[in-house]
Amino acid sequence: MKNAFTIAGKELRSYFVSPIAYVVLTGFLLLGGWFFFNLLARFSFLLSIYSAMRNPEAQMRLNLNDFVIAPLLHNLSVVLVILVPVITMRSFAEEKRSGTYELLMTSPLSITEIVAGKFLGALGFLIVMLALTGIYPIILLAYGNPEIGVIAAGYLGLLLLAVAFLTVGLLTSSFTENQIIAAVSCLVLLLLLYVISWPAETAGPVLGAVLKYVSLTEHFGEMVKGIVDTKELVYFGSVILLALFLTQRSVESVRWR
Amino acid sequence: MIEVRNLTKRYGDVVAIRDISFTAATGQVLGFLGPNGAGKTTTMRVITGYMPATSGTVKVAGYDIFDDSFEVRKRIGYLPESPPLYNDMTVTGYLRFVGRIRGIPKAELGDSVDRVLRICGLAEVTDRVIGHLSKGYRQRVGLAQALIHNPGVLVLDEPTLGLDPRQIIEIRRLIQELAGERTVILSTHILPEVTQLCEKVVIINEGRIAIEDTLANLTQNMTLEQVFLRYITKEPVEERPVLEEATA
Repeated sequence: MKNAFTIAGKELRSYFVSPIAYVVLTGFLLLGGWFFFNLLARFSFLLSIYSAMRNPEAQMRLNLNDFVIAPLLHNLSVVLVILVPVITMRSFAEEKRSGTYELLMTSPLSITEIVAGKFLGALGFLIVMLALTGIYPIILLAYGNPEIGVIAAGYLGLLLLAVAFLTVGLLTSSFTENQIIAAVSCLVLLLLLYVISWPAETAGPVLGAVLKYVSLTEHFGEMVKGIVDTKELVYFGSVILLALFLTQRSVESVRWR
Repeated sequence: MIEVRNLTKRYGDVVAIRDISFTAATGQVLGFLGPNGAGKTTTMRVITGYMPATSGTVKVAGYDIFDDSFEVRKRIGYLPESPPLYNDMTVTGYLRFVGRIRGIPKAELGDSVDRVLRICGLAEVTDRVIGHLSKGYRQRVGLAQALIHNPGVLVLDEPTLGLDPRQIIEIRRLIQELAGERTVILSTHILPEVTQLCEKVVIINEGRIAIEDTLANLTQNMTLEQVFLRYITKEPVEERPVLEEATA
C-alpha cells in the first residue's frame, strides 16, 4: 500500500506541474460560477415576481435547494463528463508513450499497487476540483437558508459520479498509448452511460427498468434530491470497483501477450 | 548469475525469439549483439520481467523470473532503449521516486540518491528538470535510475545510442567502473564497445543464438567485425563484396 501512495503522490504532483490542471480547474470554476450566477439571478427574479403577485403558495415552493443547488449540480455533472476524460487521459497512455511504463512494470510493484496509485492520484485532484466549487453552497448558507443535508447528499452524489467517471477514464487510458484516443473513448462511454436511460419509457417494463438502473444520471438524480439510499451507493460502488478491476486486468494483460 | 534456458517469445504468429539459451557468470560483462529486429530487446524485456516468455525459463541469482518475479526485479537494474524518464520531474525528485518504488527504506533514500548522483556525474544538475537536460545527461539519469537500488545485475539496452563521442566515452568508462562485482548484459550495435567492455559475447540473429563464446576465443583469428558478419549472414565473409557487385 505504501507503494500505491508513492505513485499517487507522483501523479498528483505531475498534475499540478503541468498546465492541464490549471486549465481544467479554471474552466470548471468559470463554468460553475456562470451557472451559479445565472441560477441565483433567476431565483431572485422568480422570488420578486411571486411576492409582487402575492402568491404565497408558489413562494413556498421556491427554495434554494430545488432552484439553485440541484440544477447547479446537474450542470456541473455535465461539465465533468467532458473534463474527467482530460484528467485521466494521461495516466497510463503517457507512461506507455514515454517509456516509463517499462520502469513501473519492471519495478517490484504489483499491478494492483500501480492501478491503486493512479486512482488515488487522480482522486486527489478530483477532490480539490470539487472542493473549490464548495464556495457556492457556502455563499448560499451564509445569505440564505438551504437545507444542509440535501446539499451534502447532492455533493456526495456528485463525488461518486465523478469517481465513477474517473475509473472509466483510467480504464480507457490503460487500453492505449494515445492520449486523444483515451480521452475520446472515455467521453463517448460516459455520454453513453449518461443518456442510456432515454429510451427507458418506450422500451417495455423489463428493458426499461434495466436501462434506468444502468444509467449514471438516474442514480445521481436521486442523490441530488437528497435521497442517500443503499441502492445508489451499491450502484456507484459497483461501477467504480468494476472499472478498477477491468483496469487492473487490462494493465496485467501486457504480461499475457 | 543469469541463466537463460530455451526461451521462446511469440507475438501472435510472429516468433520474436526461439529457443534461446545462454548464461552470464557473476561479475561478467556480456555483450549482446545482433542486427536490428534480431530479438535483443525482447530478450531483455523477458529477463527484466516486463513480459513473460511463451516458453522457457530465466533464472537470476537462482530466482525464477516467473515464480519469484519480485525477488528478480529487486536484483535487476534496467536501462531500456529509451531511458524511462519523467520529463516534468527534477533529477533528485525522479531518483527519489524510483528509489521508493524499488523498495529502498526512507532512511537510506538520501544516501542512495547521493551515491548514484556521484557515480553518474550528475552533481551539477540535481535540481534541474529532466525535460531540459541534454541527451547525455538524460542517459546518465537513466543509468542512475538503474543503479539506485544497488542491483547485482545490470541490463543495459543500447546505452550509448545517439550520444556524441565524448559522451560515449564517458558512459563506457562508467559501465567499466560499474562492472566489477556486477553482472552486466549490454546490448549494442557498436562492436568496438564490445571489444573494450565485454568478456563474453552472445550474437543473436533472426531470433536464434548464432554464437555464445568468450571474446578472447572469438577474436583469436579474426576481428569482431568479421565474426559478427560471419554469424549474421549465411555466406562466408570473403564472398560478400563479390555478391554485392553481382546484385548491383
